[in-house]
Amino acid sequence: MARMFARRMWEAVRDLLPIVVVVVGFQTLVLRQPFPNVAELLVGALFVVFGLMLFVQGLEMGLFPIGEAMAYAFAKKGSLAWLLVFGFLLGFSTTVAEPALIAIAGEAADVASSAGYISSDEAVRSAYALQLRLTVALSVGAAIVLGILRILRGWPIQWLIIGGYGIVVSVTFIAPEAIIGIAFDSGGVTTSTVTVPLVTALGVGLATSIRGRDPLIDGFGMIALASLTPMIFVMLFGILRFGIRVGGAG
Amino acid sequence: MIEGLTTALIATSRDVFAVSALLLGFQYFVLRQPIPQIRRLLLGLVLVVLGLAFFLMGLELALFPLGELMATQLSSPEFVFGSETVPESPPWWKYGWVYLFAAIVGFSTTLAEPALIAVAIKAKKASRGTIRPWGLRLVVAIGVAAGITLGAFRIVTGASLVLFVAVGYLIVIIQTAFAPKSIIPLAYDSGGVTTSTVTVPLVTALGLGLAATIPGRNPALDGFGLIAFASLFPMITVMGYAQLADWRARRRLMRAEKGTNP
Repeated sequence: MARMFARRMWEAVRDLLPIVVVVVGFQTLVLRQPFPNVAELLVGALFVVFGLMLFVQGLEMGLFPIGEAMAYAFAKKGSLAWLLVFGFLLGFSTTVAEPALIAIAGEAADVASSAGYISSDEAVRSAYALQLRLTVALSVGAAIVLGILRILRGWPIQWLIIGGYGIVVSVTFIAPEAIIGIAFDSGGVTTSTVTVPLVTALGVGLATSIRGRDPLIDGFGMIALASLTPMIFVMLFGILRFGIRVGGAG
Repeated sequence: MIEGLTTALIATSRDVFAVSALLLGFQYFVLRQPIPQIRRLLLGLVLVVLGLAFFLMGLELALFPLGELMATQLSSPEFVFGSETVPESPPWWKYGWVYLFAAIVGFSTTLAEPALIAVAIKAKKASRGTIRPWGLRLVVAIGVAAGITLGAFRIVTGASLVLFVAVGYLIVIIQTAFAPKSIIPLAYDSGGVTTSTVTVPLVTALGLGLAATIPGRNPALDGFGLIAFASLFPMITVMGYAQLADWRARRRLMRAEKGTNP
């Protein structure tokens, strides 16, 4: 117990150390300025180390076993439909309330109203932001469903990803301009620190429990899908909402 | 400080609450059998919430303000040119410190990225120990460092984002055709996990600082460019590393064969 604690602590310190070296080094050697608040800095570093330790412990105790337990339970029950429902809800529910997504959706509403796409009325803007959030959450749910189907059928991930980026590039040419930047950003915000371990454990668990699947080849890839589908869905949402952009360089 | 903790707690609790509700709902209504050790699982979720809350609060307290200040100072015209304004088309080599900062900030923040830690632990288990977590994280961190440095260079020179991203994806596609099959899904995933908690705020500050001071740059668009690079380059370095390891193993095997039967 004590040895595990010491190891976790050493690992957390090791993870944080490079950042501390960078910040201290640049502040003293390049910018040549004193530290604004040493006490806060130390307390903050302590919090980061402690937080990382708890997080890794929680991964091993909670998020990983949950993902695996659900994968085995569904594999045993043999109900594909419920597995897909579970995957969809998992992606949807962990994304819809994601703070980074809420922030981006709000920004997107401001951009759209200042570009004259929607009225600047408060109710219209918040409705638009909500629609965007639902679109992104839907797309992450769809990504997990696709990811599960891929594991079951053994489709190679590269065809899905490369094909997906092909779709992204082609839709970029016809999507309304105000939506494109937001669409690209939304791909980056969907994979939260809680979703990633859970989805990875689910994928690896499924690939392990199904005969003929390899955990490394078939278990990974869902995160990549979940950062791809939001771009496509958000641009399609833009087209549905504002119509196809005709002419004009992208 | 208290406020920072509360926001972080609320954000992660929401995720964990959704997961717990889903878990219990499926246990009672669909699977209709107890999930083993459910209390321990829920306790693990609580630890995740607490851990992330402390982690984020510590970052907000110690690193984000200073790091953001640094990014702004390093890209300011006074620091780079010793004058109030930036010349019309600034020479790219004047920004040496910015590139160095971009590289080591990308590298060091990626090593502390919790989502990447999680993927690395899983990769070790899925590969039965052949993929070492620390090694994978180092290779991803090198990729992020390269991506952000190139991204900073692109903002300074004003080169086309679409061109850079297109060339990057072309490299990814070519590598996909030649890299060992078992590394491809992991390489793709490592692109998606780098852009989360730690890296984004600092990198965004750097991008905004650069784009705001150099004439003719668009802060909203160019800030995004850095993040896109940060998720593109880890795919290249992870596949590249696997290709290198594969090639070396094959060469060793060929030498050993030559040694045994000349």
